[in-house]
Amino acid sequence: MTGVSTVASVSAAPGGDLRRRVRMVQIGFGALAAAVCLIAPLLGPTAINLRQVFDPAIPFADNVDAQIFFIARLPRALAGALVGASLAAAGVVLQALLRNPLATPFTLGVSAGASLGAMLVITLGFPLALAGIPAVPVASFAGALGAVAIVYWLATMRRQGLSTNVLLLAGVTLNSLFSAIILFVQYLADFTQSFQAVRWVMGNLDVSSYGPILSALPPMGLAFAAFARLPRALNLLTLGADSAAARGVDVLRTQRLAFLSASLATGAAVALGGPIGFIGIIIPHLVRLLLGADHRLVLPASAGLGAAFLVTCDVAARTLLSPMELPVGIITALLGGPFFLWLLVRNR
Amino acid sequence: MIRADGVSFDYGARRVLDDVSLSVSAGRRVGVLGPNGSGKTTLLKLLAGLLAPTRGQVTFDGQATAGLDRRTLARRLAVVPQDTQLAFDYTVLEIVLMGRYPHLQAFQLEGPADIEIARRALAATGTAGLEGRSFRTLSGGERQRVVMAAALAQFDPAPAAGEADAARVLLLDEPTSSLDLAFQLETAALLERLNRERGTTIVVCTHDLNFAAGLCHELVLLREGRVAAAGPTETVLTPATIGAVYDVVADVHRHAALGRLTVVPLARMTKDRLS
Repeated sequence: MTGVSTVASVSAAPGGDLRRRVRMVQIGFGALAAAVCLIAPLLGPTAINLRQVFDPAIPFADNVDAQIFFIARLPRALAGALVGASLAAAGVVLQALLRNPLATPFTLGVSAGASLGAMLVITLGFPLALAGIPAVPVASFAGALGAVAIVYWLATMRRQGLSTNVLLLAGVTLNSLFSAIILFVQYLADFTQSFQAVRWVMGNLDVSSYGPILSALPPMGLAFAAFARLPRALNLLTLGADSAAARGVDVLRTQRLAFLSASLATGAAVALGGPIGFIGIIIPHLVRLLLGADHRLVLPASAGLGAAFLVTCDVAARTLLSPMELPVGIITALLGGPFFLWLLVRNR
Repeated sequence: MIRADGVSFDYGARRVLDDVSLSVSAGRRVGVLGPNGSGKTTLLKLLAGLLAPTRGQVTFDGQATAGLDRRTLARRLAVVPQDTQLAFDYTVLEIVLMGRYPHLQAFQLEGPADIEIARRALAATGTAGLEGRSFRTLSGGERQRVVMAAALAQFDPAPAAGEADAARVLLLDEPTSSLDLAFQLETAALLERLNRERGTTIVVCTHDLNFAAGLCHELVLLREGRVAAAGPTETVLTPATIGAVYDVVADVHRHAALGRLTVVPLARMTKDRLS
């Protein structure tokens, strides 16, 4: 771990400037995400010009570049940013909660629950929209919340407090149980439904209006408001529950807040973009490599980098085999898998 | 300042502590002794308020520990666990700064004053040179002392020189178990100095009889979750009590040069177990 320790020691050397470093990380990674969101809509089969997009001389109705930018491509970039930020931040929080660097936002069954919800709507042939609200995201969000409720209930039923071991085991078990049900439902489905379902599981940010983004904002906003309160307590949880409690942390409250907010963010992200893998694990690892383990730096940096990374992957998904479009989940896995293996080998 | 009154604790159906009472006065150095599985660590967690007793009550300065605010308690009572395993890698300074948790508001970051306190705590435990090191790369003895520094950083500031201050308690679980001889001596000296100079009350769980004999004013001997003997070290540490608690024949004599009790275990008592 030589690389890690040198970076960590450099970052901790001048003690007094934590405030400045936190601010720099927030501004720096926020600006990175914003820049990527601004550049991404410029790229695509039809080339558009940024200057013309924001040219006040041309009315919007006549400005084709602005229409492509704001109507066709920006929603998709914003959706990617929200999903990427949510999954990366939820990964950080769950890794700290479970004290396990290999945990992902999908470890505790949230994505399996979401997939089951989506799958049921697709195969049972519900109308694709109810009163203007598309049914698949609603069902997947409901499925995610259902899975969270089951796992939480199991982890708290045996004794007072939250058992992270039970949390982990229940999540993993629920994942396989839901996968089995999903396969069963798919087995019964016809060809078209099955195809649709498989496509959904691959993850897709094909958002073509601002509606889905607006409906994902409240749960994500709530989750990030909770995330903002967590970093220092998460640092202490790293030492173990008893050590954290002995230093004044309200462990149960922290665990509860961490689990519920990370699940909420994950559920909303999966409802918006499908279960897109790897972001919740590679981004936090990459950030820890750069900045050390202090969650006050890791959490905001991961959110920003997660957003930038997913939007970039989505640009690749849209343009690599243009006009054909790849599911973005394939890109993140193709980039993320080897990168993660490289990290493992490098750190030996 | 810490009292346990008739405290029992069950892990599931198993009774780990049974009707234990003890009292730790401010400014004392108290050892909790006993064989493996006698309930030492559980007792320490109860005294620290990390576990709630199944029966009985633990009080800190007359107030039930269970009802105290954790942050308020943490400024006066710190715990050094037997072993600290990190899920993620922090630097030594970051670990010690985590001791400042109960002094900071929700969104407050550690300032220069906190860093100064952390550095003094590192200096007090002889680990000032490790400040920028990664915690995971430290030896067992170094880790132990860094965690002790974090515990010291947790306390309210020490009073002015000469002023009496016995308001703080350090609870340590097996502080010498992973240390070599030199570090064991150094740890004993450090705890003795903290107690003498700052008046910090020390409660230490250990099965190292000689470490306890050299350090502690008073001892509590546990066997199978019950108090087998308690009192001043000089009266409690006898071949009879050691035999009753550990099933070991031991020689206890006063070391000529050190002037304190020394225990030499001689043989295992097997008669009772075979019968």
